[in-house]
Amino acid sequence: MENKKLLKEKQRKQTRKKIKKYAPLYLCALPGFIYLIINNYLPMGGLILAFKKYSFAKGILNSPWNGIQNFTYLFGSKWAGIMFRNTILYNLAFLFFGTILAVFVAILLNEVRSMRAKKTYQTLILLPHLVSTVLIGYLVYAFLSSTNGFVNKSMLEPLGFAGIEWYTEAKYWPFIIVIVQLWRSFGFQSIVYFATIIGFDKTYYEAAVVDGATTWQQITKITLPLLKPTVIILTIMALGRMFASDFGLFYQVPQNSGLLYEATTTIDTFVYRTLMQDHDVGRSLAAGFLQSILGFCVVMITNAMVRKVEPDSALF
Amino acid sequence: MAGNNRGFRIAANIIMTLLTIACLTPFILLLVASITDEAVLTLNGYSFIPEKINFAAYNYLFMSINRIAKAYGITIFVTFVGTTLNISMTTAFAYLLSKRDLPGRSFLSFFIFFTMLFSGGMIPSYIIWSQYMHVADSLLGLILPNLAMSAYNIILMRTYFTTNVPLEIMEAAEIDSCSEIGMLFRIALPLSKPMLSTVALFSALAYWNDWINGLYYLIRRNDLYSIQNVLNSMMNNVQFLKENTMDASAAKFTSQIPTQGVRMAIAVISVVPIMIIYPFFQKAFIKGIVIGGVKG
Repeated sequence: MENKKLLKEKQRKQTRKKIKKYAPLYLCALPGFIYLIINNYLPMGGLILAFKKYSFAKGILNSPWNGIQNFTYLFGSKWAGIMFRNTILYNLAFLFFGTILAVFVAILLNEVRSMRAKKTYQTLILLPHLVSTVLIGYLVYAFLSSTNGFVNKSMLEPLGFAGIEWYTEAKYWPFIIVIVQLWRSFGFQSIVYFATIIGFDKTYYEAAVVDGATTWQQITKITLPLLKPTVIILTIMALGRMFASDFGLFYQVPQNSGLLYEATTTIDTFVYRTLMQDHDVGRSLAAGFLQSILGFCVVMITNAMVRKVEPDSALF
Repeated sequence: MAGNNRGFRIAANIIMTLLTIACLTPFILLLVASITDEAVLTLNGYSFIPEKINFAAYNYLFMSINRIAKAYGITIFVTFVGTTLNISMTTAFAYLLSKRDLPGRSFLSFFIFFTMLFSGGMIPSYIIWSQYMHVADSLLGLILPNLAMSAYNIILMRTYFTTNVPLEIMEAAEIDSCSEIGMLFRIALPLSKPMLSTVALFSALAYWNDWINGLYYLIRRNDLYSIQNVLNSMMNNVQFLKENTMDASAAKFTSQIPTQGVRMAIAVISVVPIMIIYPFFQKAFIKGIVIGGVKG
């Protein structure tokens, strides 16, 4: 009994000593700590607003509760279904086509022997990843502007077709958005897969060459099977971001054109639009709340899946 | 068989060349459009081969040089201050967490980590920053919300400290009665330069390219717009520069703005600095993508 007490006393003393020793470091980390509280933790608390009638004058705590009115109001509008549908379907399309393209490019990169060519390709396919979505909006506009765009003026009209009013016709946008997203992300994603391929044990390939395997056989029998775990992990992780969307891609690229909303409204653009343009905070809060909660759930689920497949890659 | 492999290589090179061209052409179209004569633009639209070259768009931008220089200055200032802030807070936190015997270490790790799992989303964040922290309509609104620190970078840095800074050196330094902070600056940081530069690079790019903070937090003060925000406004309203310029000489031009060209010219101006310095940071950029790709 006495001993245990002494031991505890000793431990406490040691901890106190360590705290004292590390005091300057704690102090240095304090700004970061406070930043996370303001930037991340307070907004989490702010989620309760989804159940309140928010008034800017009254603030978060003093705004009156209104139950699930914000949600019934949200689901009373047709946009609730559209934004969930778009967010999920776009994410699936990006994931499916993006993965195929990225793996394909990574394998091609690996087949290029000249170091200089390899470096040049890598450098240039990353260009789209360097620029802002506003700029990407401009690039797309140069092609699709109905009066001056390259597609209308230099492709369709010379061939005798009528020009298309791209920014008013929603039906084209699912394709345009997917193409733009693939264009700007394939370089980045293929570099990730390429780095994985470089890490493979070279002796597999050497043995295959000795056995007379063709390049095609090496790809299908060695590279692809070895790449499978990475593809699975990255796919599961992407599924964890199922309810997230890149605001810039869906806001800037279609230039926030009202006629395209049917095809371009995702949770993020809806939240922005209802909050900043329509000043319809209730719907915005309800949509944001669902995005946060659902996002958290899929992250937890996908992480559990990753842990089963490959514990080392799991977040926790 | 050798022929088969060579054929493969040639095909790989051809396809990669095509993909590379696909990445480059939109930028070339932008550049050419910005130097095409306005009359030709109206007739032929944006094209890759300009019938008549004319720098009128850049001339016009030069007339509004005050406005553009200011936006540029703001972008550079915000990028510099933001990146410095980000690196300092990230390093300090990561270094603290790298101490294995730190009291409260697991709590702090969880504190960081949880922000990666759960987020309050845009509106609560907007309300906290604008209503409670009062950063709206000031440069702080461009610097602080969302971009000043990320949990992910802290974890990357902490891992780098624990794996690349040998414990023996730290212990030796401790015996020589080097202070904890001294050890950070004299040992840990010099050994972590590659990681520091990668984190700094991605932070700087995020600040340079950000327009969302300006969209949310600069409501009444569009004189504080960064170059990306000016770009954003020009898309909706090509007259933006004119309406917001103090320059009498530019105002004189009102009737004859080369509208279509100016749009493209300002986009070119916004992206040129990145393209110029890209060759110098592309190695760190690729490395950062590889580190970040698999986890995160």
